[in-house]
Amino acid sequence: MANVFSRIGDWVNERAPNLAPTYRKHMTEYFAPKNFNLWYYFGSLALLVLVNQIVTGIFLTMNYKTSALEAFNSVEYIMRDVEWGWLIRYMHSTGASLFFVVVFLHMFRGIMYGSFKRPRELVWILGMLIFLVLMAEAFMGYVLPWGNMSFWGAKVIISLFGTIPYIGGSLVEWIMGDFLPADATLNRFFALHVIALPLVLLLLVVLHLAALHEVGSNNPDGVDVKHGPKGNKWNPEKPIDAIPFHPYYTVKDLVGVGFFLTIAAFIIFFAPTFGGWFLEHDNFTPANNLVTPSHIKPSWYFTPFYAILRMIPSFFGTAIWGVIGMFGAILLLALLPWIDKGEVRSVRYRGLGFRIALGVLVFSFLALGLVGAGVTAEVIPEWFPGADVTTWENAFGRLMVLGYFGFFVFVWVYTRFGFEKTKPVPERVTMHD
Amino acid sequence: MANEVVDHGRRRFLTVTTAVVGGAGVVAAVVPFIKSWEPSARAKAAGAPVTVDISAIEAGQKVTFAWRSLPVFVVNRTKDQLAQLKGLEPRLLDPMSADSAQQPKYATNETRSIKPEWLVVIGLCTHLGCVPDFVPDIKPEPFDANWKGGFYCPCHKSRYDLSGRVFSGVPAPKNLPVPPYHFIDDTHIQIGVDPKEAG
Repeated sequence: MANVFSRIGDWVNERAPNLAPTYRKHMTEYFAPKNFNLWYYFGSLALLVLVNQIVTGIFLTMNYKTSALEAFNSVEYIMRDVEWGWLIRYMHSTGASLFFVVVFLHMFRGIMYGSFKRPRELVWILGMLIFLVLMAEAFMGYVLPWGNMSFWGAKVIISLFGTIPYIGGSLVEWIMGDFLPADATLNRFFALHVIALPLVLLLLVVLHLAALHEVGSNNPDGVDVKHGPKGNKWNPEKPIDAIPFHPYYTVKDLVGVGFFLTIAAFIIFFAPTFGGWFLEHDNFTPANNLVTPSHIKPSWYFTPFYAILRMIPSFFGTAIWGVIGMFGAILLLALLPWIDKGEVRSVRYRGLGFRIALGVLVFSFLALGLVGAGVTAEVIPEWFPGADVTTWENAFGRLMVLGYFGFFVFVWVYTRFGFEKTKPVPERVTMHD
Repeated sequence: MANEVVDHGRRRFLTVTTAVVGGAGVVAAVVPFIKSWEPSARAKAAGAPVTVDISAIEAGQKVTFAWRSLPVFVVNRTKDQLAQLKGLEPRLLDPMSADSAQQPKYATNETRSIKPEWLVVIGLCTHLGCVPDFVPDIKPEPFDANWKGGFYCPCHKSRYDLSGRVFSGVPAPKNLPVPPYHFIDDTHIQIGVDPKEAG
């Protein structure tokens, strides 16, 4: 038996001599720092969710009908009549939300440990492009069930482009292919959601990993293991503080996969709507262009950006400032390698100012999420009876907008003009014997 | 990092058990995806038994009903037509309905039916699945000078008698299948349910 396998292996090797070296380069001889912690699970988990989305998505298209007349009923058909259809759809909808959970944590890891800094700027930029495509993918996927929130979400988001001066109005019509979200919109979103964007996403993921493997992984100490002492027990040329990705990190990631799947299974089986956060109640009624849901809000993963849009008021007779703010919030993240001039990567050795600023960034991002989801509008009248909700919500929300953008301004000033007092960075990762 | 001695037996055990448990999980996860290709509840409902009213079918007339999207012929055969069934045997491939897959036990008889006059068959030629024409009149036809009434498939000229029994020497290999059915009362047939199941 083993003989058969080795002969097949030889046969392939003769014809594709680069296959085995490529596998070794990215798996058994990709040397990653040995001090990865819990924060390093989220990259591989994102890959796992991507596979889940592709597989469940393919099976959903087998029963989904791309038509404004049939879409909603076909989703109900999947939920009620197709064998195990409910499971496949809940795996897909829960996967979408968990994708963002995992990606947000993955991005936070990158900021916290300075993984975006030189020489990994390209990895970071590719990652931000993945994030952008993922948001487009999630938005269009949310439109497909053609529930009432799908319809109005599509209308509001597409209307953002209407704020662009001069061309806005005709641009909106061009995107929708009609004067309101309609059959044409649904069909093109379906094409983009199931073919175009997944292809782009897969390509970007390959580039993200290829770029990472060129420069090597960062680690919680932000120490360059490549520049440290050489010679580990597998290879005398390779860094002493690095271990082969396979089997060491594949096995470690399996533990993360186990935990993650347990949580995911709990949500899928016991709380698939997650109290209206993962699947909104208003989307269980068919699209109706005459009735807007009473609380219109996007999916939870868009709420921080949606809040920035809502909190920035109109000036000079145009509402484009909120749109600029929303997209600027993402653009600034992408530009972080050039905003943050600090030489020290990991938060472990960075100045107190950066640590506080990072805390402010996380707090304001989460708070903006609550504002965007309408939680503050509910809570304010309860906690402060008689208070003017709009005034207080705007005051709080705008403070959080300042907190979010303030992070970038502060970090630039803090690192550009040498205010940061860093701690000494160790020569080698702190976890070695 | 410090232990230099590797227990290979232990390592192999862990690798195999992890692979087996993980493999079992993957197999279990694959099941719903494969099962999602089975007929859905809607398709099954469409395949549910249908009850048809036969009171308006006159003697010598054929009416086609849909059951599981299949055409089911219900023919009210006249005494004359039934009399013609005798004597055809030498010309038929399976006159005694020996192939038990083509009809339920209660229709394994000369008329291939529960009540002699009522023929219930699935109207799909057993050759390649065309719908045969109903040619009831006892008169010479271009395809058979000795025609005693029956079904004629326009696709490849297979012929069946008025009990759906196939003639010898035609492409079709089997008699027209009789679906499970039973009489609810004198004027209603339920197609898809055996008399026994109906209790």
